[in-house]
Amino acid sequence: MINLEVPKKFGPLVAQANQVAKEVFRPISRKYDEAEHAYPKELDMLAALIDGMNDGSESGGSGAAGVRRTGGQDAGVRNGSNMSTALGIMELCWGDVGLLLSMPRQGLGNSAIASVANDEQLARFDGMWAAMAITEPEAGSDSAAIRTTAVLDEETGDYVLNGEKIFVTSGDRADLIVVWATLDRAVGRAAIKSFVVERENPGLHLERLEHKLGIRASDTADFRLENCRVPKENLLGSPEVDVKRGFAGVMQTFDNTRPLVAAMAVGLTRACLEETRRLLADVGVEADPDAPAAVQGAAAAELLAMEADYEAARLLTLQASWMADNDKPNSLQASMAKAKAGRTCVDVALRCVRLCGSLGYGRELLLEKWARDAKILDLFEGTQQIQLLIIARQLLGKTSAELR
Amino acid sequence: MSVTERSMGLGLRALGRIAGSGLVDRLRARRSAERIVYRATRDGFRVASASGRTFKAVRRRGQPARLKPAGTGGLFDLTPTDEQQMVKESFRAFAAEQLRPAANAADAACAAPRELLEQLGELGLTTLGVPEELGGAVSERSTVTSVLAAEALAHGDMGLAVAALAPATVASALSLWGDGDQQATYLPALVGDDVPPAALALHEPRPLFDPRALQTVARRDGGDYVLRGVKALVPLAAEASLLIVGAQVEGRGLGLLVLETSTSGVLVKPTPGMGVRAAAIGEVRFEDVRVPAGALLGGGDPDVYAECVRRARLAWCALSLGTSQAVLDYVIPYVNDRVAFGEPISHRQAVAFAISDIAIELEGMRLATLRAASRADAGRDFAREVAVARMLCAEKGARIGSEGVQLLGGHGYVTEHPVERWYRDLQAVGVFEGALLV
Repeated sequence: MINLEVPKKFGPLVAQANQVAKEVFRPISRKYDEAEHAYPKELDMLAALIDGMNDGSESGGSGAAGVRRTGGQDAGVRNGSNMSTALGIMELCWGDVGLLLSMPRQGLGNSAIASVANDEQLARFDGMWAAMAITEPEAGSDSAAIRTTAVLDEETGDYVLNGEKIFVTSGDRADLIVVWATLDRAVGRAAIKSFVVERENPGLHLERLEHKLGIRASDTADFRLENCRVPKENLLGSPEVDVKRGFAGVMQTFDNTRPLVAAMAVGLTRACLEETRRLLADVGVEADPDAPAAVQGAAAAELLAMEADYEAARLLTLQASWMADNDKPNSLQASMAKAKAGRTCVDVALRCVRLCGSLGYGRELLLEKWARDAKILDLFEGTQQIQLLIIARQLLGKTSAELR
Repeated sequence: MSVTERSMGLGLRALGRIAGSGLVDRLRARRSAERIVYRATRDGFRVASASGRTFKAVRRRGQPARLKPAGTGGLFDLTPTDEQQMVKESFRAFAAEQLRPAANAADAACAAPRELLEQLGELGLTTLGVPEELGGAVSERSTVTSVLAAEALAHGDMGLAVAALAPATVASALSLWGDGDQQATYLPALVGDDVPPAALALHEPRPLFDPRALQTVARRDGGDYVLRGVKALVPLAAEASLLIVGAQVEGRGLGLLVLETSTSGVLVKPTPGMGVRAAAIGEVRFEDVRVPAGALLGGGDPDVYAECVRRARLAWCALSLGTSQAVLDYVIPYVNDRVAFGEPISHRQAVAFAISDIAIELEGMRLATLRAASRADAGRDFAREVAVARMLCAEKGARIGSEGVQLLGGHGYVTEHPVERWYRDLQAVGVFEGALLV
């Protein structure tokens, strides 16, 4: 039965996340935008609350906690943790994207662990904060080209990691870092595995914290791995190098996490739209849904156009998470959601700044900050261009060698 | 019988009609022999309704039948019901087998082959929005089903889809807002075997047209209304025997009137446009046309008129989905086959990314349209949802039409390929108000 409304059962969760966004995030948004690298200690007490929300049944999960495919056997349609998590993230990022990314125990590494870890690992890493380290100075979008190596030391049973990792979100604050490394650079994608490295590991050296355009509340760390020894039980997924399966093991995480990044963009887009609508209403501009755009004046028509792109991005995001909840392959829809939401949020944020003039550009309100924050959402977890490549390859039936 | 069983029945009936009746074969044989040649270039208005068809109530007046709001199941869900799936598949198959091959000739002729419209009538297209007790096929509101049917038909051809959906629109409008008398008078013919040409006339010929500011007026005169004004972009204008006309109604506000075109003072003029030409678009002029007060639809409630405008926009959104999908389905094999600089052009990001963008925007258009439609079925307010769906379908749809031509280059500009027609058709989505509704 086609119905695109969010089910009532998620109402309390959405309301709760909205309260957090409004009462906790928004009041400290500017403070941590200005105090880059300062740890937002206000989040500690909040983290416990979020843990509680995530521990709830399928209606729980408001943070960026991992999402896991349960392989549900029941015949009916499910609205589960993928959707509830996306909805929670939309609300929290309506509050502040940087602070969401700084939430203890809500890192993308947690999503990776939740998506692919075995039960023993799930239990061992439970309650810990996990960051994700993929990018290297010479390997960004081309993540198959990473140079960080992992060599098994047969005597100790440890993997020994060597290499350099950059742009690790929450890298300095997290307890764990999920590091992508290759078992054999000659094999290519299939040899790339993810390893859980403890932040305190003596082989893991913090090189520096980045200064950024936006999401300054979130720390972005660069690391050097020097003979960093990791027990082999910390390898996520299969240790075998399966050329047929290729990259699938590590890439499947993205099918679950891309809709969540899309959800961040959707939340931020709504924040920009609501603020702009409020400011424009003060000067007598309001969009009328029943009036043709052409007779409404440029500003009102622009509001409508932005609202339309917001709606498309939001529904694409819900679609991708709904498919994940119902065990339908969703990598195409996940990339569509990420691509649409990422570009919409940048486009809307910048247009809102322009529409609101000095109020948009100045630092008294948050519009200019949101416009800076927005840009990361079209970059991380696969840039706009990477999403378009993924989508095109699927639709055209092309390999990555043919359509590069 | 459960709703599902009944629903299954409808879909199977439709499929059976297509596959089993031999009509498909008959149609193929007939089409070339019996093509309607329509002179679209006639100048000036002439008296409407060559058919001179009139309508009489076939049963006693009573309470109108109304479709009840559909349940939603409560969960976010993108799975069509079995009924909807069958409707979608049967009309999609018909569109592929019958509408697409006939599209080019119908575009040139500015007319839809009559047998194709009869075929769609026999398949029950006009019954999708009509309650069972009035001879229709549904027991609940079925906006989503109508959207899926319109999308499926427009995948074949938008112009032919508009021609076929114009009478279905009038049937749906009468089901939604007609009183017992109006339903008894007009619906039997509309859901019958010989579906009269009929259409919804809202648009008026001027720039920045706003359907909330009509210049067509219905003036009170004794027990009657006297209608005066000009309507534009009316499908099947020259042959329609029944129109639903939007007007500024004296003492009521914006309203809809049911009008038999055999009434004195109704003049029509074909006005072929850039696209959707098979729908035989025209202008209709009302020169002091006298209609009884009972012609007012929905008791003259301005909310009825507002809902009509929204449902019309939704219908155009549905059409844009089908035609945009046709573009995507056509350009994918083309860019894979077309070789330039030693490899398929699809190996170039400039080309491949254009494909991705079409797919992304189309999916957004589809979801926004379905959301508006499902809210309508559930009896929720859907003004905002229609507005955003229309914005997406008008803007992105026109862009998809343009990209379709662009990806074929010069080949896209010639009529050997359908993309130039889709370019013209998709431009209609942001222009038309009224004409159809779901």
